[in-house]
Amino acid sequence: MIAYIIRRLLYAIPILLGVNLLTFALFFFINSPDDMARIHLGVKRVTPEAIVKWKEDRGYNKPLLYNNERIGAEKLTDTIFFRHSLSLFVFDFGRSDQGRDIGYDIYQRMWPSLAIALPIFLVGILVHVTFAMLLAFFRGSYLDTAGVVLCVIMMSISSLFYVIGGQYLISMLLQLVPISGYDVGLEAVKFLILPVIVGVVGGIGASTRLYRTFFLEEINKDYVRTARAKGLSEMRVLFRHVLKNAMIPILTGVVVVIPLLFTGSLILESFFAIPGLGSYTIDAINSQDFAIVRAMVFLGSVLYIAGLILTDITYTLVDPRVRLE
Amino acid sequence: MTEMPFELKLLWTDSLIFILIGFIVVFIVYTLRHEHLRVPWRQVALRPMAMASLVVLCIYVVIGLMDSIHYRPLQRSQNSGVAVYSNEVLSLLDKVAMPLRARTEKTYSAPFAMQAFTKETVEKPDGGLAREYPRLLFGGAHLKDEGARAGDIASRAGAATLAALGCWLLLVGSFLLFWRKPGEPFIQAARRLVRGEGDFPWRTVLITVGTLLVLAANAGHLSLYYHILGTDQAGQDVFYKSLKSIRTGLVIGTVTTLVMLPFAALFGIMAGYFRGWVDDIIQYVYTTLSSIPGVLLIAAAILSLQLYIETNPDSFTSTTERADTRLLFLCMILGVTSWTSLCRLLRGETLKLREVDYIQAALALGSSHISVMARHVLPNVMHIILITVVLDFSGLVLAEAVLSYVGVGVDPTMNSWGNMIVSARLEMAREPIVWWSLTTAFVFMFALVLAANLFSDAVRDAFDPRLRK
Repeated sequence: MIAYIIRRLLYAIPILLGVNLLTFALFFFINSPDDMARIHLGVKRVTPEAIVKWKEDRGYNKPLLYNNERIGAEKLTDTIFFRHSLSLFVFDFGRSDQGRDIGYDIYQRMWPSLAIALPIFLVGILVHVTFAMLLAFFRGSYLDTAGVVLCVIMMSISSLFYVIGGQYLISMLLQLVPISGYDVGLEAVKFLILPVIVGVVGGIGASTRLYRTFFLEEINKDYVRTARAKGLSEMRVLFRHVLKNAMIPILTGVVVVIPLLFTGSLILESFFAIPGLGSYTIDAINSQDFAIVRAMVFLGSVLYIAGLILTDITYTLVDPRVRLE
Repeated sequence: MTEMPFELKLLWTDSLIFILIGFIVVFIVYTLRHEHLRVPWRQVALRPMAMASLVVLCIYVVIGLMDSIHYRPLQRSQNSGVAVYSNEVLSLLDKVAMPLRARTEKTYSAPFAMQAFTKETVEKPDGGLAREYPRLLFGGAHLKDEGARAGDIASRAGAATLAALGCWLLLVGSFLLFWRKPGEPFIQAARRLVRGEGDFPWRTVLITVGTLLVLAANAGHLSLYYHILGTDQAGQDVFYKSLKSIRTGLVIGTVTTLVMLPFAALFGIMAGYFRGWVDDIIQYVYTTLSSIPGVLLIAAAILSLQLYIETNPDSFTSTTERADTRLLFLCMILGVTSWTSLCRLLRGETLKLREVDYIQAALALGSSHISVMARHVLPNVMHIILITVVLDFSGLVLAEAVLSYVGVGVDPTMNSWGNMIVSARLEMAREPIVWWSLTTAFVFMFALVLAANLFSDAVRDAFDPRLRK
């Protein structure tokens, strides 16, 4: 197992290198640093000197991949690729185009993101699994059919409507919680209620329907028939036998997103003005701050790969039949 | 040389749409000629829900296609009198909906309103000034005062409904003439139809067609006199905007698939078929791509494109063309992020298929790798491709809205439901709130996505061998 994890970690390096090269190509080959400077300084009235200064301030005045003017290893290290792209591997995110320390910003904004993403994740699993079990318990009945139809309807509604609708209904009409904002400490709770509700409700359609099929797949298996034949009540069959086995696909499906909880949700954070990494990314996109977007792409990939490795480990934990080699 | 009154203009996405239509026609002809492919489709056709959804989807597709035939009208230059083709690119839909397009108000107005949404200082006949809600330029302009509005709407709606019902009865009648068995009395055939007899759910289809006919007649007739869904901030008719948005949604949902399909199929099958180092490379590529969170990759790519467009403004002659380039690029980058899952599925299936007897036999008989892949592997993974395509569609339509909100979706000047929702965020904060843009975008989008979801469920149930009973 340890050997397997080490091998997976080593395998992650070429993948992250690929991610790194791809984003580097997207940002520096399609458009040169000169173009970037022009956009930030305003396309119309820009002097060549201003461009040179802008590039110098941010260290973009070096060659992209190979520096002929240096000697030895510096030919490769004194380049934009090494200084601004490869440096991400040691989580040195550098400075944003506005000159802020990205690493510090990420560390600061991680916690609000987690404060909203973690409750959504946990409450979401609880609610969705409960609903799915309910539908599986009443399988084939009108309640089941109505539930599935409702799921399809809820799936067909854009997540933006859940946010706008939730804000309108709960904050503007009923005035139960503030519309948006964030605070430190326990004060934050009242700001978190609405986003969590919206996040959980928005996911009901797709998740419940998916989990219901997991339950139904298990419910038709032989061991369930055996359990019923020896006289167990339907509730007991469902909770003691079916739930445990159906949790395997459910858990392995959700574990992959656990590391990504840190990066938060773009939509929710931006609508509810929560100063997390999601709104950080949106702000960066809107202000065309490429350094931040590059850092977030890399961070997202690292966390996703971590999620994949975690998934494999969970497999062995919840299902003893699976062995990692 | 005679002057044409217009010049056809083929945008990039237009040509892709027509290629797609070509593919679909070929696919349908091929399916009709092969019994084993007809069987699952027949199963789909027997589900009333799927067929009702198909009718709704067809309406959307027709509107979307009308909006995909673009032309540039001929204009006489005012000073020299020389005829030149306008820089403005119009579509067939614009032509049909010209009354809607041309009648722009100053700013917001509510559905069926006769007065503007915001107060303005107007000059009274007696020379004084007053703050009041001015009458709209077009909405209800044929009426003298507010009191006559309800009666006017009701009578027009009634007339439109009656006309639509008449058309519908005519349609049902002529359908019955074809549908009845030879020698069967007309009434008896009608009774069979009402009872819903026969395998194909004709009753459901005809009811759906009737409902849509009534809706369309009402919308079409009333929108000549009112802004039936209100106007937006720039005074544009919201109904017209949402009709225009249909094409954007359809393009994102279909062209994306068209773009990614060849890569996913080719790489997936090659990886599973050749294994070894080919498999390693392909697996490496798709693992790398799929490990980048989708929104961020799209954001990165669209930002680069934006930068390119802003620094090279001369490459595009019109805003329509610029928006179209961005739409095409968005489809391509969405394709890049979504081909990996299909590729993985195809690789797995091909790995299994490769060991099957008939493929081993084909190889032993000396078939080349290419012919084995094309003639034996591809037809046997077709169901996976089909299921993925139809399941992906609704997700892509929904993704457009989210991406537009994040600021990396379609061009802000392009009509799309996403852009309508984005602007709705500020409108909801107004007092009194401007709810109609959001509601309209919601209804149009919801109808399309729901229909697509119901239809794709039926297709999946019919084609997935694990679900087949």
